[in-house]
Amino acid sequence: MEQELNKHCDHTPDDQLEHIRNETATLELLIEGASCGSCVAKIEGALKQVVGVDNAEMNFAQRSVSVSGRASADVLVKAVEGAGYNAKISQNESDEEVLEEKEQADQIYYRRLMREMAIALSLGVPLMIYGVLGGAMTVTTNAERAAWLAVGLATLGVMVFSGKHFFVGAWKSLLNHSANMDTLIALGTGTAWFYSMVVVFFPSVIPDMARHVYFEATAMIIGLIDLGLALELKARGKTSEAIKRLIGLQVKTARVIRDGEEIDIGIEQVLLNEQVRVRPGEKIPVDGVVLEGHTAVDESMLSGEPMPVEKVKDDQVVGGTINKSGSFVFKATRIGKDTALAQIITMVKRAQNSKPPIGRLADVIAGYFVPVVMIIAVTSALVWLNFGPAPAVAYAIVSATTVLIIACPCALGLATPMSVMVGVGKAAEAGVLIRNGEALQTSSKITAMILDKTGTITLGSPKVTEIHLANASDENAVLQMAASLEAGSEHPLALSIVESAKERKLNLEPVEHFNAIAGHGVEGTVSGKQLLFGNEKLMREKGIEIASYIDPAQAMAEEAQTPMYLAADGSLAALIAVADPIKEDSISAIQRLQRNNIRVVMLTGDNRATAKAVADKVGIKEFFAEVLPEDKAKKVAELQMQNEIVGMTGDGINDAPALALANVGFAIGTGTDVAIESADITLMRGSLHGLADAIAVSKATLRNIKQNLFGAFIYNAAGVPFAAGLLYPFFGLLLSPVIAGAAMAFSSLTVVTNANRLRLFKAEEH
Amino acid sequence: MILINVLGLLLIALIIWWFWLYKPGDSSVSVTNVSEANISGGDIVITVENGIYQPSRLKVSAGQPTTLTFLRKDASPCAATVIFPDSELSEELPLNKAKAVVLPPMPPGEHPFTCQMQMYRGTLVVN
Repeated sequence: MEQELNKHCDHTPDDQLEHIRNETATLELLIEGASCGSCVAKIEGALKQVVGVDNAEMNFAQRSVSVSGRASADVLVKAVEGAGYNAKISQNESDEEVLEEKEQADQIYYRRLMREMAIALSLGVPLMIYGVLGGAMTVTTNAERAAWLAVGLATLGVMVFSGKHFFVGAWKSLLNHSANMDTLIALGTGTAWFYSMVVVFFPSVIPDMARHVYFEATAMIIGLIDLGLALELKARGKTSEAIKRLIGLQVKTARVIRDGEEIDIGIEQVLLNEQVRVRPGEKIPVDGVVLEGHTAVDESMLSGEPMPVEKVKDDQVVGGTINKSGSFVFKATRIGKDTALAQIITMVKRAQNSKPPIGRLADVIAGYFVPVVMIIAVTSALVWLNFGPAPAVAYAIVSATTVLIIACPCALGLATPMSVMVGVGKAAEAGVLIRNGEALQTSSKITAMILDKTGTITLGSPKVTEIHLANASDENAVLQMAASLEAGSEHPLALSIVESAKERKLNLEPVEHFNAIAGHGVEGTVSGKQLLFGNEKLMREKGIEIASYIDPAQAMAEEAQTPMYLAADGSLAALIAVADPIKEDSISAIQRLQRNNIRVVMLTGDNRATAKAVADKVGIKEFFAEVLPEDKAKKVAELQMQNEIVGMTGDGINDAPALALANVGFAIGTGTDVAIESADITLMRGSLHGLADAIAVSKATLRNIKQNLFGAFIYNAAGVPFAAGLLYPFFGLLLSPVIAGAAMAFSSLTVVTNANRLRLFKAEEH
Repeated sequence: MILINVLGLLLIALIIWWFWLYKPGDSSVSVTNVSEANISGGDIVITVENGIYQPSRLKVSAGQPTTLTFLRKDASPCAATVIFPDSELSEELPLNKAKAVVLPPMPPGEHPFTCQMQMYRGTLVVN
C-alpha cells in the first residue's frame, strides 16, 4: 500500500496527494468562527477544492461540516484554516449516536442475513426433503445429469447470493496467511459442491456407487449458518444492555443561567463553572456543586444506592442522576468527557472488552484451530480413501466436508468475551466498576479481605456522638462553648465539634486568650468563662475534679468513642464523646463476606482499644492496630505470605500502595470519583455490600465463562472426531454434513445465549 | 491411490507451511506519529473487511502516542470491536466511517491487535 501511495505522488507533484487515503470515508469537522450564512459557501468551497474531496456539506446550525472523500483530516483542517476559520475533527459524536448507528447497521445486516438464509433454504429444504423421501440423489442417466446440472447451477447461485461473504472472506484471509470460520465454511460447502459437479460432468471418473450429489448440503449449510449468524447478532445485542442503559442516562439538554436569564441549550454547550438550574423530576445534566436550593436526588442508577440522597448547598451532584423533590441551581464542575457518567461508560466499555486470563488458553487454541481442522479433514479423507468401504470416494468427501463444517472456532472465541461483557455490565448496574478481566477473575478467588477502618467500615467523618453533662445543664450550651473554643484549632476532632455545633445551628462566640497545649487540649476564654477542653491528663494537670467521671469516660472508650473533657471556671462541665460512626450496613456486609468464607481483617492507625472496640462491634476477629499509613502495604504482603488471595479495600487516596500490592484493590468512591487509578475495582456506593456484590458477580461470571469454554471445547472435541467418522467402524454412524451445519450454527448461538443468562444474575438481597 | 495419498500429504504440508511456517517479508507499513493533540488520524487507513485488517502489519515508533485510523466495511459484529490487549484498549468501530484510535506510547516489540474473537489479526511493530 505504501508503494501505491508513492506511485500517486510520482505522477502528480501536488503535495496534497501525500495525504490521500486509499479509502473513501466521511469525516466530520467542527468549525469555529463561522458567524454568518455566507461562511457556509466559503468553507464548502475551500473544502471542495482539496484534492480527494468528493463533497462537503455544512450544517450551519451545528457549525459542523461533513466531508466525504479520500483526503486526510489534516489537509481538510488546513483548508478550512486557509479560508480563515478554525476547524477541528469531531470526535465528540455522542455515545448515543454511535450506539444508534451501530444498531441500525446491525439491523440492516440482520435483514440481509435473513434474506440470504431464506434464499438458501428455499433451495436446500426441498432438495433435502426429496432426498429424505427416498429420491435418487445419484447420477446415472443423461436426463438425471441435465436435471442435476440445473440444480448445481442453482446452488452456485445460492453460493454467490447467500454465501458470497464466506467465500470472499475465506479468500482474502487465505492470501493474508490467516484462516477463520469463513475458511472452514467456504472449504466445506465448496468441496461438496465441486465434488457434485464432478459427478454431474464426469460421472465416469467416479465409481458407480459414489455418484452421489451433495447440492442440498451446500445450500442447507449456507442457509443454516446465515440463520445462526442472524440469531447470534440479535443475542449479542442483549449482551450490551447494561452499557446501553448507562448511555441512555446521558442528558441531551441543560437549562443554564446566562446574564440572569435561564435558557435551554444542548448539553455539549454547557461551560465549565456555569450555573445550571434543575427542576423537580429532571435529570441532572453534568457534575457540579449545589449553589442554592435543596433537594433529594435519586442516584441509584449510578451507585446502586436505593435511597434518595439529600442535597444542600456545597453538596456534589452527579450528571445522569434524577432530581426528585426540589428545584436547585448548581455550578458545573465537570462537563463532557470528564463527567462521572462519561468516565463510567468509558471504563465499563474498556473492561467489557478486556479478557481475563482464563480466556487466554482459548485464544491460543483459536489461533491454531482452523489449520488444524483443515489437516484433520484431509487426513480423514485419506483414511476413508485407503481403508473405507465402497464407495470410498463419497465417504471421503462427506467426512472431509462434515469435519470442516462442524468445527466451530467461533464458539471458542466467543466463550469468554460474551460472558465478560454481560458480567462487567451487570456489576456496573450494581455500582461496581471493574477495571479489567483480570480483576474480574481474581476477585472470584479472593480468600482474605483487608478493610481499612476509617472511611471504609466507618463514615470517615468523626461526629459528636454523646454529651455526658456534669455541672452544666444544657447540651447545646456545652457544645456552643466547646465549638467556640475549638473554632481556631486545626485538630480533626476539633473540626467534628465545630461541625456538630453548626448542625445544631448554634452561634459561635469569639474566643480570647486561646492557647493550644500540645498532646493535651486547648484553653481560652469564651463569653467571660475560663474554659479548658481536652483529655484526662489536661484535667488532672489543671486540678479539675473528674474522679466520678472516669467510669463514663471508660465506657465511651470501650464503645470506640474518644472522650473529651470540658471544664468551665475550674469545674467539669461535661464529657463530650467523639466517634467516627460505623456505616449503617457495615455489619451486615461484613457478615456476608464471612458467610462466603472470606477471612475479614481490619486495618487502622488507631490505638488497640479503639480498634478492638470497632472490630468487636462489626464482628471482625482479626485486626491490625496502630498501622502507619506507609505500612499498610506490608500487612497486605503479610497475608499474601500466608497464601491468601488478598483483597484490600480503602479510599484509594492514602492507601494506594496497599491497593496496588493486593491481588485485588477495591476503592470506595464517593459516587463521583469513579476512576480511582490505584484500584482494580471501584465501588461507587459507600456501602461495603459492594464488596460482596463484586465477588458474587465475578464468581457468577467466571462460572459462566467456564461453562462456555467447557461447552465449546467438548463440542469441538467430540464433534470433529464424530464427523471424521470415528464412530463408523463401531456403530456404523456417520454424520450428515447438514446436521453438522446446524450444530455449528447453533453452537456459537448457545454460547451467546448462555452468557445472556448472566443478565438474570441478582446479588443477594441486602 | 499412491498418487492421491502423496497429494494429500503434500496438501497437509502446504497447510502447515502456509499458515504457520511462512514468515512474512517486511511488508509492514509505517505509521507517522502525530502529536497527541492532533487526533485526526494518520495517513494510513486500516480497512476492516472480509476477515482481515488491511494492512495488517504496521510499523510505529516506540515511546510516542500513535494514531491509527480504522475504516470498517464489514457489517459482521465480529469486526465491530478492535482490541489492543497490550495497551488495555478497545474501540468500537462504526460501519463505513473512519475512526481514529489513539494509542499510548508502547515499548518496542510486536504488539497484536485483534477483534474480540481473535479472528481478525494485526500486528504493530514498535521500534
